[in-house]
Amino acid sequence: MSNFPWLTTIGVIPLVGAFVVALLPASLADRAKQIALGFSVVALLFTLAAALQFTLDSGQQFQLQERHPWIEQFGVSYALGVDGIALVLIVMAAILVPVCVLAAWHDVPEVGKRQQTYFALMLVLETFMIGVFAATDVFLFYVFFEAMLIPVYFLIGSYGGPRRQYAAVKFLLYSLLGGLVMLVAVIALYQYGPGGADGFLVEKLTGLKLDQTAGRLMFLGFFFAFAVKAPMWPVHTWLPDAATEARPATAVLLVGVLDKVGTYGMIRFCLQLFPEASRWATPVIIVLAVISVLYGALLAIGQTDIMRLIAYTSISHFGFIVLGIFAMTSVGTAGSALYMVNHGFTTAALFLVAAMLIHRRGSKRIPDFGGWQRVTPVLAGVFLISGLSGLALPGLNSFISEFLVLVGTFQRYRVAAVIASAGIILAALYILLMYQRMMTGPKPESAAGTPDLTHREKWVVAPLIAVFIVLGFYPKPVLDVINPAVARTLQYVGVTDPAATHPAAAEGAVK
Amino acid sequence: MIASMPGLATVFVAAKINYGAVLPMLIVFGTAMIGVLVEAFAPRAARYAGQVGVALVGLVAALVAVVLGQGHQGSTLAGAVVIDGPALFLQGTILALSVLSVLAMAERFDGVGADAFTAQGAAAPGSPQEAAAVRAGATTTEVFPLTMFAVGGMLLFPAAGDLLTMFVALEVLSLPLYILSGLARRRRLLSQEASMKYFLLGAFSSAFFLFGSALLFGYAGSLDLGVIAKAIGTQSGMDGLLVPGVLLVLVGLLFKIGAVPFHSWTPDVYQGAPTPVTGFMAACTKVAAFGAILRFVYVGVADSRWDWAPGLWAVAILTMVGGAVLAVTQTDVKRLLAYSSIAHAGFVLTGLLAFDKVGISSVLFYVVAYGFSTIAAFAVVSLVRDGGSEATHLSQWAGLGKNHPVVAGVFAFLLLAFAGIPLTSGFTAKFAVFSAAIGHGATVLAIIGVLSSAVAAFVYVRIIVLMYFSEPASDSVRAVSPSIVTTLAVTIGALVTLVLGVLPSPLLDLAARSSLFLP
Repeated sequence: MSNFPWLTTIGVIPLVGAFVVALLPASLADRAKQIALGFSVVALLFTLAAALQFTLDSGQQFQLQERHPWIEQFGVSYALGVDGIALVLIVMAAILVPVCVLAAWHDVPEVGKRQQTYFALMLVLETFMIGVFAATDVFLFYVFFEAMLIPVYFLIGSYGGPRRQYAAVKFLLYSLLGGLVMLVAVIALYQYGPGGADGFLVEKLTGLKLDQTAGRLMFLGFFFAFAVKAPMWPVHTWLPDAATEARPATAVLLVGVLDKVGTYGMIRFCLQLFPEASRWATPVIIVLAVISVLYGALLAIGQTDIMRLIAYTSISHFGFIVLGIFAMTSVGTAGSALYMVNHGFTTAALFLVAAMLIHRRGSKRIPDFGGWQRVTPVLAGVFLISGLSGLALPGLNSFISEFLVLVGTFQRYRVAAVIASAGIILAALYILLMYQRMMTGPKPESAAGTPDLTHREKWVVAPLIAVFIVLGFYPKPVLDVINPAVARTLQYVGVTDPAATHPAAAEGAVK
Repeated sequence: MIASMPGLATVFVAAKINYGAVLPMLIVFGTAMIGVLVEAFAPRAARYAGQVGVALVGLVAALVAVVLGQGHQGSTLAGAVVIDGPALFLQGTILALSVLSVLAMAERFDGVGADAFTAQGAAAPGSPQEAAAVRAGATTTEVFPLTMFAVGGMLLFPAAGDLLTMFVALEVLSLPLYILSGLARRRRLLSQEASMKYFLLGAFSSAFFLFGSALLFGYAGSLDLGVIAKAIGTQSGMDGLLVPGVLLVLVGLLFKIGAVPFHSWTPDVYQGAPTPVTGFMAACTKVAAFGAILRFVYVGVADSRWDWAPGLWAVAILTMVGGAVLAVTQTDVKRLLAYSSIAHAGFVLTGLLAFDKVGISSVLFYVVAYGFSTIAAFAVVSLVRDGGSEATHLSQWAGLGKNHPVVAGVFAFLLLAFAGIPLTSGFTAKFAVFSAAIGHGATVLAIIGVLSSAVAAFVYVRIIVLMYFSEPASDSVRAVSPSIVTTLAVTIGALVTLVLGVLPSPLLDLAARSSLFLP
């Protein structure tokens, strides 16, 4: 089975599903949701099967490789492959899509074309998400990177809240601008590479002898696109609007998966292709990352809209991820890669559980809640667990990754690590204050009789909480997959870990 | 010097004609003549079917002749016509696009004649004469022979080996277009105004072209592009004439592609002309004019480019930025597409300014990609109606996606192609021109190009917002069901847009193989 095109298969399944769902005859239209869920679950099963083919001690950077010439005149190949980081992100995406389909069950209640289109767009998005993480050709990556915007644009613009037009256009324009700047860098990179019919392959573009100025400019082109995507302060402003106007399931895919393309791209492209420029830019990026951590957290504290609050927490968390990546220590970068996965699940839980509350109360405003612990105790408990995962409580998933990021950063940038640690305290503030305002207090009279978690909602939440606990207590399998990839990337960058002042502590963190 | 001037030879020598090479043009011009005869002798009831049939058969036959004419490359008619790779590629493109344009023009809906055209062009709008013509069932079927004449001129334009032939081609393609622009059935005053403006400004630009040709003749002693190329680098004593000559000829050519600052006619004419004619102009005229610019620049005056290329750089920058920025403020779909076509002309110019074989092939690819998308886009515009006439105001397009998902879906797809989203031909084309520019020292142009693309993307996105995310403005706006001809034009245009985005290799390959100019 080693030649089986695993990655193409798991990418094509949702695409086929999208066409099936979109073109269902009217007699089957009321089955659209079930069919969409079915396809996403099949895709998940294939993804897990593909993950089992992955070996830890492979000599190559990418596994499960596929390669076919596509546009030879441009040097473009249809080349797929995964390393550990890409693999865990694909698995995360494949788990989140069925969860989101299930969470979006009643988003478009009326049976018909509109509902079918909604689920079809989600499935198309899954195809692009898998493609973007699996692409090992820079051009192919760019194609998925840009094409991904279109389904999200329609998901926000057609199905979102009252200011959906504004949010959708803002999202698309920010992303397009970032992407187009990157396009110049992509084209220029090819000119510096060996060229030829497969000159866009990542492996051909790794380790180029770049002119210093050109390398730095191209790095900036890539980094700008990824910083918009991630999003980092000061190009983050599209995220809160998009997150609050989008449907919760869309917001999960947007913030939980799509934005990871930004941080993933930093590791795969910025660090690997432009080592010199990465080292050159690190001080500025560390500062921006620390600002993102604190700025996102502070603004989260001030929000009264639940969805915006969660969006701002994500900006803070992305700050941590970027910090860990550019600390360029094996601990920090591995922590960031793990953080990407954890953040995906945590944000998904926060958005989806918040959406369940919002649906019951009919308002996104935190002050409109209060005392809901007494109305819907199970829901409140689930919300608390998601929140605690968000504030990185030990024993839950985020703790380990946040700790690794800070330890890794501390090895090289002590001041930055110390300042960023304040983000943890602020996280406790924004999560616990939100919980306190929404859940504690006297039982609200108006909410009497509100149902607690339904069966379907339990199925939405259960996998997420299971992941919290598993990754919280036993992250080793994931770290084992990530670590070789991180080591290889850092080897490309040409940095070695600083000599630990207290070796036992550093080693203990990795284990 | 004198000996090198074929025009001044004392003994008249009949030019040798390679009929295989000029066959496509002969077929098209012949078909146009037949069309005139049909117009004169066929009974009124038979004219529509006859004219459409004759035009389509002629175009397809000419296309076949182009495809089979690969072996006839070379210079013929004493160097007046040069059939080489780019010429054949562009002629094939023009003919294929013309087939779609004629299909779009032939749309009748439920009427007796082509729907977009007035019953009688000569009758004053609103006059009793006009009413009488409508009552009598008159139709302007002469648009088809006119189109054929224009196509014939377009075929000659990129194949012209000397400036005089190029000028003749320019006029042959322009004059029918001036008339076609004024023949709209509805909003006739706007249409006639467009025709008048186009004619006056077109006449000006022709004068520039001629004056520039005269200066170049003074410089090189010949109008032949090959001779001009040879003269560059030698001292002729008239060196001061070269740069002004080149610039003036370029003004004439840049006018045709609607480059800023020679673009001011574009929005008015695109808006006023009958919509299928607008599509025809936006696609075919651009293809032909870019072919002519390519030949003039690459064959004729490339060696002196250090003197005038900065001017073309400035034009390219102004065109990209101007087209994109001005498109933002438009409220009329046709004007908006006009400004979008201006911006696209700027993108093509960046590819042209690479001064390399890659630049030629990127331009060739771009004009094909843009041509098919734009004809389909204008054909879709002609379907959206409010009480019989076209609903071109943007506010009338609100909520179109709800009532007419297919029409809106196709248009949205074409807009995404214009915006250059991957998996559409627009992205492949942009990638081709920008990579040619970056690879050959025009990175600045490419950067300005992508920034303009971002601005232009806002424009296209706004229309998608209107169509999909807004509530319908009025119930009277609806997309009429097209007949087979428009359906074909739109389907083929959209399909090519998709295929060139997903599998562009064969055409890129053809463009690369066709990118060698013969002197």
